[in-house]
Amino acid sequence: MLLDVAIASKDYISADARPRRALEDLRLTLGRGEAGAVVGPSGCGKTTLLRIVAGLDQDFAGSVTLPDHGRLGMVFQEPRLLPWRSVADNIQIAAPRASRAEIEALLESLGLAGHAEHFPRQLSLGLARRAALARALAIKPDLLLLDEPLVSLDAALALELRDLLARLIDESHVTTLIVTHDLPEAIALADKIFILSPRPARVAAVLDIATPRRLMTAEALTLKARTAIAALRE
Amino acid sequence: MIRLASFAAMILLWQAAALFSDPRHLPGPGPVALIMLEEARSGELFVNLAATLARVAASFALAMSLGSALGYLMGRNRLADKVLDPWLVVLLNLPALVVIVLAYIWAGLTEAAAIGAVALNKLPGAVVVAREGARSLDPALDEMATVFRLPLEARLRHIVLPQLAPYLAAATRSGLSLVWKIVLIVELLGRSNGVGFKINLAFQLFDVRLLLAYALPFVAIMLAVETFVVRPFERRVSRWRSDAA
Repeated sequence: MLLDVAIASKDYISADARPRRALEDLRLTLGRGEAGAVVGPSGCGKTTLLRIVAGLDQDFAGSVTLPDHGRLGMVFQEPRLLPWRSVADNIQIAAPRASRAEIEALLESLGLAGHAEHFPRQLSLGLARRAALARALAIKPDLLLLDEPLVSLDAALALELRDLLARLIDESHVTTLIVTHDLPEAIALADKIFILSPRPARVAAVLDIATPRRLMTAEALTLKARTAIAALRE
Repeated sequence: MIRLASFAAMILLWQAAALFSDPRHLPGPGPVALIMLEEARSGELFVNLAATLARVAASFALAMSLGSALGYLMGRNRLADKVLDPWLVVLLNLPALVVIVLAYIWAGLTEAAAIGAVALNKLPGAVVVAREGARSLDPALDEMATVFRLPLEARLRHIVLPQLAPYLAAATRSGLSLVWKIVLIVELLGRSNGVGFKINLAFQLFDVRLLLAYALPFVAIMLAVETFVVRPFERRVSRWRSDAA
């Protein structure tokens, strides 16, 4: 087991100053090399869950188990690149041991060839998110965390990035946890889908869809989606 | 070009005003330049300019480094801010002269007292600006650094300093002009060299030529520091903003 998340409860203080429960009795595990997707309605606590796994939120009851010295690579919804450094520098700072050649190769594999010396503000959101992805991969993470990786991209770009991510997850075998509101996206990217209930969120269903993604046609995907939605309704 | 013309007009105006006044009260540029040359030839001018510059550099470095560290702490830590804020308010409102006189009384007419007194005058301003900068640090980048486990040194160098740099550049600019003026007062009150000491001498001799012969080169040096060091630094630290446009 690479990742074992067992959250008994996570409370937060709402706008009207009352404590509210965001997550309750939530259990989630991923084996090495598995890709998991957490799917749920907007505002159900998905990002909160991801922040807990990332170690950014420690105010909860329960435990998160990662391998010792496990390295985390994370792609936030906003790219969070350092605006005063070039794309290549941004990656180098996060991954000081990566060689310049490795960085160049990584950028090229993500469709960022020629953008190494650009500043983040010169990039569109789609490219900036790829740069953030390059940064997360450059540290050779044990666990890759993706927070709504396709959100706010236009449809064509989203599809392109989705395919890129699917290929990447398949080829690199990096253990990945994706948070998304979009079920087809989860099906396209993950082996295992955790469907969350509305607040307080718990895992309502786990769908195992470990079909090799590269073998999947659009029809097969649609079929998977229908099955998944049917399972969700039960 | 316009700056240069404006500067020439200033000297012309000075010359014109000198024609209509008592030369003991307002000597023209010529006589002042003569005295300047004389002082330069004897070496006096350079010795005193150097002494003053060294004091400016020492007290400025002391105030900026201490002030940035304290300001950063107060901007990031609410308890530190609450504890230190009253001290800051007192220091901000303490007249420079009071600090200088007290420093001389308590520590004697020493170099340490002089530099310490100047630094203490500049300190609260540096603290306020650095605190403002620290408060505006982007928490999103902080979280990124936490997830990627950037070591402290890398965090300071790549994340904190670039965000503080525009604030520190502003503090440098206002600080430098404040510090050198206070250094002259400190020298006038209790040192036996430096531009301030010479101005005191000129005052006792009622020698306006000598006064200007020391004041003007010093203003010129500080102007040069501002133009060739501080401004390029300011441009460099904010380059990434305009580069991207």
